Amino acid sequence: MTGYIFRRVLQALPVFFGTTLLIYFMVFAMPGDPIVALFGDKGVNPAIADQLRAQYHLDQPFIIQYLIYIGGIFQGDFGTSFSGQPVGQILAATFPVTLRLALIAVVIEMIVGVTIGLVAGLRKGKWFDNSSLVASLILISTPVFVIAFVSQFFFAIKLGWARATVSGEANFPELILPGIVLATLGVAYIIRLTRSSVIETASQDFVRTAYSKGLSRSRVTRVHILRNSMIPVVTYVSIDFGILLVGATVTEGIFNVPGVGRTLYQAIIRGEGPTVVSFVTVMVLLYLVVNLLTDLLYAALDPRIRYDK
Amino acid sequence: MRFKKLGLAAVAVAAAVTLTLSGCAGGSNGGNNNIVSVNGSEPQNPLIATNTNEVGGGLIIDHIYAGLVYYDADGTPVNEMAESITSTDNITWDIKIKSGWKFTNGEEVTADSFVDAWKYGALFSNAQLNSYFFDAIEGFSYEKDTELTGLKVVSPTEFTVKLSSAQSDFPLRLGYSGFVPQPKAFFDDPKTFGENPIGNGPYMLAEKGAWKHNVDINLIKNPDYKGGRVAKNGGLKVVFYATLDAAYADLLADNLDVLAGIPDAALKTYKDDLGDRAVDQGAAIFQSFTIPERLPHWSGEEGQLRRAALSLAINRQEIIDVIFNGTKKPARDFTSPVIAGWSDKLEGSDVLDFNPTKAKELWAQADKISKWSGKFELAYNADGGHQGWVDALTNSIKNSLGIQAEGKAYPTFAEFRTDITNKTITAAFRTGWQADYPALANFIAPLYQTGAGANDGQYSSAEVDALIAKGNTAKTLDEANKAYQDAQVILLKDLPAIPMWYGTSNGGYSTKVTDVKFGWNSVPLLQNIIKQ
Repeated sequence: MTGYIFRRVLQALPVFFGTTLLIYFMVFAMPGDPIVALFGDKGVNPAIADQLRAQYHLDQPFIIQYLIYIGGIFQGDFGTSFSGQPVGQILAATFPVTLRLALIAVVIEMIVGVTIGLVAGLRKGKWFDNSSLVASLILISTPVFVIAFVSQFFFAIKLGWARATVSGEANFPELILPGIVLATLGVAYIIRLTRSSVIETASQDFVRTAYSKGLSRSRVTRVHILRNSMIPVVTYVSIDFGILLVGATVTEGIFNVPGVGRTLYQAIIRGEGPTVVSFVTVMVLLYLVVNLLTDLLYAALDPRIRYDK
Repeated sequence: MRFKKLGLAAVAVAAAVTLTLSGCAGGSNGGNNNIVSVNGSEPQNPLIATNTNEVGGGLIIDHIYAGLVYYDADGTPVNEMAESITSTDNITWDIKIKSGWKFTNGEEVTADSFVDAWKYGALFSNAQLNSYFFDAIEGFSYEKDTELTGLKVVSPTEFTVKLSSAQSDFPLRLGYSGFVPQPKAFFDDPKTFGENPIGNGPYMLAEKGAWKHNVDINLIKNPDYKGGRVAKNGGLKVVFYATLDAAYADLLADNLDVLAGIPDAALKTYKDDLGDRAVDQGAAIFQSFTIPERLPHWSGEEGQLRRAALSLAINRQEIIDVIFNGTKKPARDFTSPVIAGWSDKLEGSDVLDFNPTKAKELWAQADKISKWSGKFELAYNADGGHQGWVDALTNSIKNSLGIQAEGKAYPTFAEFRTDITNKTITAAFRTGWQADYPALANFIAPLYQTGAGANDGQYSSAEVDALIAKGNTAKTLDEANKAYQDAQVILLKDLPAIPMWYGTSNGGYSTKVTDVKFGWNSVPLLQNIIKQ
């Protein structure tokens, strides 16, 4: 298995160079001059603008800019933002926050989604199954910002159960409300996935065998049905975890979470190349790691899957 | 075998969990008595006074530094560190400062602290965004490094400023944050200094590293401050919000004490939500749209007719009521009602009325000179919430004049400004101005003087230039204001930019604070706020 992991890590190298080059090019090709925007509505002094461009290497051709950036990374320097802060520091400050938020969302998704999906699948066609279908359809069709605003208004402003926005510390209790909001869509999908997977597994021969061996209903459900139904769910959750790590911009904005999505959005608007590229690169690497972990989980769930020769 | 694999996966997941957990700080927020929280935004640059031109950093600089003068609630300059600012010819200014003031690191504030800071801000190779503030001082150059020969230190408490030409409103400008002094530590490494700035103002940073990037900055009362802006609270916590909506939610939940600005979505309801804790007052903000003369049909006599027709075709009050819920005021000139010298009775200001009949007439006259073809486009940046009024405005033009008119969206502010700066924009475009200092001159000279920095439409009129010069050299402020009003009479004929409306300061405050007032520049007077 170590050999397998080593190969996977090696594969990440070309992905790293490819994405940084691609993202750097996209930021480079973005229309509009970030230096001009720095001057706001006030007039631009061309001589000063030229000096600033030189300072951020924006006067260099694309490939030179990219090489300067990559060269910096290998010396542990991710570049600096316009506010003079090392991008490495920004990364270190924001990624744990978003990771915590994503973790909360995924845990909620797993617990709530799998439980409801399992019960619905075991009681196919009964009222619980039908009402969970209606509920999940409503959740799927409601945009996340609606859920976010409504829950912020009711739970934070009206009832005072949670903070309306997250403080600078962004600790676990504060992140629960935004975490629930982020989880809603995933919960709905996981209910549907678990339900259909459970129904399919429950009709398999090995389940009937297990029952005829005299195993208890709860043991069959836990060990034979649930476990063998988990592969599609785990696949979905791992993809969703990756998406949550990079795509929580809307929710982070509404709850003012000082995380990746919010910071990246502002960096894109300001045209801060090094910040954008570093963020996206780390996102790509995280995504690769999550994918690797998922593949290892498959093996744990299904003994037929092996990675060693 | 199976369990081993499961074990490995579990270890991997557990490791990820611990990693995130360990990043979580334990402390709580409690115990901040008397600290007023206010919304802000992450400063775009290190906190260097001469390099901060946006509101996020400006709010902090204004409160940790004391300059020669500050502006009170109405924009009247009040001496802060200045003992006296005098001149006999409006060219050479003699500035005496109070003695005994100290920076928060204990260093004495002297004439050198001012002169060195100004020289740094003006020096070409330092590339400071606010360098234009020093361009009136003798020796200033936009092309190369030159010595600011106009600055001379007479004694530790006195220095003189020689301008390259007479400027009657020079003392009025000195309250702008670009003119603050800097301690010696600043000059060693301005960028590092900008992370933990040391000032002489009513507040100071709570500690080294008080600026938590993208999160907030904590300021506490400076006990040694001796000026007129003494803090009546224990400190400020400036919280950086990504959106006004998030800040507004915090205000409603009583988590935020003072909110400057109201999100568009709440403009209709905020007065009901907040009751007497809502703030709505005039602001030194002027909004217009500019039509460059180089566009076909928009120059000469034809251009004048068409510009007047366009202005008469717009129902400003209706747009304000429908789009902004009445939170703007229709423009009657090119400045702002909160500025001394403002007048709504300038000759020719009837061109700002809504009069579709006359608009059609003038448009038809212009058509006789050269037939109109194509459509009228108004460019704006889509990331700034402008689409609503642009659509309403172009509709108003379409209905009144019967021509095709529509908005032209640029995805980002950067792209929008780049096209304007490079003069490659092929449409009319939105323009706005928020005053740097409370004077008519600041609304006129930087925008309509030939070759001025923010003259985005490249307007040039010898008459206007002459009146601006006359205003600059006037002996009294009244005389100067008369000249700027006369200049506006010409602007009302030429309409290089078409005035739309004046902004207002909207905001609100929590149940925990009292004595909240907003100043002329839309910034709350934070030092006066009392928190129970």
